[in-house]
Amino acid sequence: MSYRKIVRKLFLFLLTLPVFFFIFFPLLWLFSASLSNQVELFSVPIHWIPEHPTFQNYLDIFFPSLAASSVPRTFATALLNSIKIASAVTFICILVGSLAAYALTRIPFRFNRSIQLGIIATRMIPEVSLVLPLFIIASSLHLINRPIVLIITYMSFALPYAIWLMAAYFQTVPIELEDAARLDGCSRLGILFRVVMPISVPGLVSTAMFVFLLAWDEFFYALIFTSTLAAKTVPVAIAEFVGRYVVNINGMMAGGILAAVPPVLVALIFQRYIVRGMTAGAVKG
Amino acid sequence: MAINLTKRRPTLRQQEARIAWLLLAPSLLIILGVTLWPVISTFFLSFFHVPTGINQVRTFVGFANYLEMLRDRLFWETIGRTLYFTVVSVGLELILGLAIAQLIHSRPWGWQFLRFSLIIPWAVPTIVNGAMWRWIYSADFGALNGLLMQLGLIKHYVPWLTLPNMAMNLVIVADIWHTMPFVALVLQAALAGLPEDLDEAAAVDGANAFQRFWQIRLPLLRPAILVALIVRTVDAFRVFDIVYIITSGGPAYKTLTITYLTYLNSFAFGKQGIGAALSFLISAFTIVMAFIYIRFLYRPEET
Repeated sequence: MSYRKIVRKLFLFLLTLPVFFFIFFPLLWLFSASLSNQVELFSVPIHWIPEHPTFQNYLDIFFPSLAASSVPRTFATALLNSIKIASAVTFICILVGSLAAYALTRIPFRFNRSIQLGIIATRMIPEVSLVLPLFIIASSLHLINRPIVLIITYMSFALPYAIWLMAAYFQTVPIELEDAARLDGCSRLGILFRVVMPISVPGLVSTAMFVFLLAWDEFFYALIFTSTLAAKTVPVAIAEFVGRYVVNINGMMAGGILAAVPPVLVALIFQRYIVRGMTAGAVKG
Repeated sequence: MAINLTKRRPTLRQQEARIAWLLLAPSLLIILGVTLWPVISTFFLSFFHVPTGINQVRTFVGFANYLEMLRDRLFWETIGRTLYFTVVSVGLELILGLAIAQLIHSRPWGWQFLRFSLIIPWAVPTIVNGAMWRWIYSADFGALNGLLMQLGLIKHYVPWLTLPNMAMNLVIVADIWHTMPFVALVLQAALAGLPEDLDEAAAVDGANAFQRFWQIRLPLLRPAILVALIVRTVDAFRVFDIVYIITSGGPAYKTLTITYLTYLNSFAFGKQGIGAALSFLISAFTIVMAFIYIRFLYRPEET
């Protein structure tokens, strides 16, 4: 490497440092604070690294029955609710959405394109524009606080997105394979389940991941459609406690870290699919 | 369907179309139920006085809700603030995202780790992100105060979020942390997909790195930038979660956004009619943006 090249590399490397700082400083501080006790958290000057680190806040969440405050108990319930709801939404979206995505990518029919455009458009409509009628119906059917109401309403953003991502993936499955299967007398559904689906497993997995992350992240509907602690999802539980000053902040910080771990792990493990999914979802089918 | 069959054997094409509709039916029913119907229903609600509580009688009031909305000063201030949030955060995200994408593209030491790291803020749930920044800005124990104090820039801890002129900007910083990585990763993927030979040819012709960026790569990136711009604008315009958790619209409504105002009208002030009018306004904006998106970026030959 020439001298000039080394200087250039070094200069570029120095430019990455502020970016790394911006990304990691908030997270590292949050993690460090979640390991400290209440007294140390409020110490001035700030303790960047706790002098008496403790995993108590985490243990409280994992063993909520032993915990002193109600925060970890609520949080453990909320974790279960979130897992349940996000899994159900993912399952339904993949099941129902894959059929639709297949029809849109492979079968030419009259309104195919209009439906595709309609699905892009519906994906962009915000939750707040839909919530009033949904709320009126849900309360008259006494569905408030029931997980089913979140599973259904989450479809409004998850299903169009899932269809879109899967359609993008199905387009990459070579059509020759399908033609061959057809010559062998396979029906449309047979082709979908025996040929297209098995090849598309990576696409289905990444779609499932995206949908799961979206459902895990959702806040607005969960805020509107739940009122009891037992029904809350993780984001609402966090928001609820953060708004009050009396509760133990370190406990909530540990809760926040725990809520972030599953999506971050999933995203890091499937990094390549994520970036592809972002571009497919954002750019086009 | 059985009735149709009695007349004449349908052509292959008709059979195919029937299968397509069958496959689409469950999805379309769900989307009609949770998206299309609520949008239309909200539109109708916006012309009624809607009392809170179930089984209350609604009265038709024509455009009264819209007039009341337009006459409210808070509405106009909120529109202004929402636009400020949208323009500043999306603008900064694009600039930073593009810069970071180009930085990764230049392959500095650790570029793979940088790309890897960008996924993390994107994957952190919005509410956790908001809570984290709320704590960072905390007047009692926040990292921002701790850092500034140690650097000797402040003498006392500052209650950042209660400063009327600061609050919105602090929310913007939190939003940038969460969403800028998306822009950077999308643009980085687009950069990586550009043909190398153009760049090399320009280098041979004596164009410097700066010129190559502005005159070759940037024009080629235009579609990707437009996509990121539209997706992020739609998202930023309806910002709610992060405001809710960091400031709850305060201090003194200084961070109130249009979605937040809609939420307050519908679920706190008991003015569902006005909430519906505001909701419809947001839908209309979104539909216009969706049209632009489809017009510019979704071209027929790519189907």
